[in-house]
Amino acid sequence: MDGSTSAAPAPAAITTPLRPAVRGRMVRAALRNPSLMIGVLILLAVIVVAILAPLLFPGDPQDMVADPTLWPGEDPQYPLGTDSLGRDVAAGLAYGARVSLLMGLAAAVIGLVIGIAVGATGGFFGGWVDNVLVRLTELFQTVPTFLLVIVIVAIGEPSAPVIAWAIGLAAWPGVARLVRAQFRSLRETDFVMAARALGYSAPRIILREIMPSALAPIIVATSVLMANAILTEAGLSFLNMGDPNLMSWGSMIGDGRALLRTEWYLTALPGAAIAITVLSLNLVGDGLNDVLNPRSGQA
Amino acid sequence: MMGVLDRTGTILRRTAIQVLPTMVGIIILCFFLLQLVPGDVADVLAGESGSATAETMAALRARIGLDQPVLTQLVTYLTNLAQLDLGRSARFNLPVTQLIAERLPGTLLLMLSALSMALVFGVLFGWIMAVFAGRWPDRLLQVLVLVFYSTPGFWIGLMAIVLFSVKLGWLPSNGSMTVGVTLSGWDLIADRAKYLLLPSLAMASFFIAVYARLTRAAMLEVQGQDFMRTAAAKGLHPAVIQFRHALRNALIPVTTMVGLHLGNLLGGAVVVETVYGWPGMGRLALEAVLGRDFNLLLGVLLLSSLLVIVTNAAIDLLHGWLDPRIEAH
Repeated sequence: MDGSTSAAPAPAAITTPLRPAVRGRMVRAALRNPSLMIGVLILLAVIVVAILAPLLFPGDPQDMVADPTLWPGEDPQYPLGTDSLGRDVAAGLAYGARVSLLMGLAAAVIGLVIGIAVGATGGFFGGWVDNVLVRLTELFQTVPTFLLVIVIVAIGEPSAPVIAWAIGLAAWPGVARLVRAQFRSLRETDFVMAARALGYSAPRIILREIMPSALAPIIVATSVLMANAILTEAGLSFLNMGDPNLMSWGSMIGDGRALLRTEWYLTALPGAAIAITVLSLNLVGDGLNDVLNPRSGQA
Repeated sequence: MMGVLDRTGTILRRTAIQVLPTMVGIIILCFFLLQLVPGDVADVLAGESGSATAETMAALRARIGLDQPVLTQLVTYLTNLAQLDLGRSARFNLPVTQLIAERLPGTLLLMLSALSMALVFGVLFGWIMAVFAGRWPDRLLQVLVLVFYSTPGFWIGLMAIVLFSVKLGWLPSNGSMTVGVTLSGWDLIADRAKYLLLPSLAMASFFIAVYARLTRAAMLEVQGQDFMRTAAAKGLHPAVIQFRHALRNALIPVTTMVGLHLGNLLGGAVVVETVYGWPGMGRLALEAVLGRDFNLLLGVLLLSSLLVIVTNAAIDLLHGWLDPRIEAH
């Protein structure tokens, strides 16, 4: 990534504490950024549906409530129709939003924590520590990601926490590479030298001095990480390896697949829900990237 | 010319040096990971037959070697691997090498086809977006690319089945070839291509978006470079400038990312092969996990990792052709 060196000074511009003027400029830039605003609005709508799911659709979404395979619009009481077991598709989508968002968030946090720990350690200390960690990162990137997730889920049981761990464990190498590159370029800067000269400990320099400056690209990476985690979870539950007790969008697609030739709306609707949610996260990521690194054109 | 040969030699040597520790690392990682999996192949087979006794299960475990200590199993596996023997699959009762050899061509074909599709359309879209930056073709394609970037590939695949197989009847929805007919020449290629098109699209859609975004950003960055102005000042045709100077440089970040994404691309094959009933290694891996057939699973993991390493080496070679300044480390 030779091109990334030229963009490296950009994050230094937002060193904390932010002066009020800088913060005001960034808030204005954020409000004027269409993709960020559209993304935030869609995401908020999905979050509201997820939170209100038990109020909007009281009762278990796995319960049979009407005749099976009602098409959307056929019965006004079930505007999005029912599936092959007579379950309300709209209720399933609303409860699925909870699963997707929570799994995406949990997996992203796990991937972030591991990635930041590995990347920061390697990038800051360099030398053999860095060498070992880079090898480890490459090893994880060589194994096909989705296979690794499946193996880890098979080790545990298909429960929500295990799946979140599996996706997080497979997702960290990207974060680690990003953080390592940031730390390598920042550790030679004057303010880090000054901190070293003052005799600050390594953890303090990493967390208090370098981290705030490296934060911008990490924030952008988080939304992309969450978007990809939602896609991975969907694939996993599509293969029937998700948490059987949860109504998830991926498992709805998997259930609907048997009726793809006739009742294709059962596959189309949950897939569209995934696409809209992931799209909102990607829009937020693109928007944040424009606001936080105004000089970089890359995502 | 010598430089090219030197470079090729360096990359091949480095790949050879890299393969061994990576393989051993993967084996050790997977071996201990797999020890944590509850249940083994004996349990699954016993559960399926329903008539197993404790004695027959113990005999089965002894035959496969599951009664040995973990380290002994690891050493046995590595010794066998040194002789290119991946062991036997307890589930299919066949050598793992044979099972993988049956599935490898399918996966290879699908991977190469999806990768080419992702690169061709990704670079093309990115290029068009950069040329029309800020105008309506750019905006339109940006929306399309963002949709591809956000939609699960397997769902695009399912929807494509509804449209192209069910409604229009143009393309087959299952399998990798027409069964029961003998074809040759162009008919054969056309038949395979028809089966290959939809799975490749499902596997490539996400990466088309990734490469389109990268190409757009890189092309816009290149436009402001000095050598572009020099090329224009020399009076070169704009098409030559865009093709020889801009695109060639913009491709470097794209090829770098291709290498990093290979593992993801290959992992996606598990889902896509399931959707299309494609006879590849992804489905084999899934069957191996569900059947707790660890020899088979290790073999698939090893071979797919090897595939990633070899393709990365090919990308390194391509890199040198795109930008001779890049050293082979």
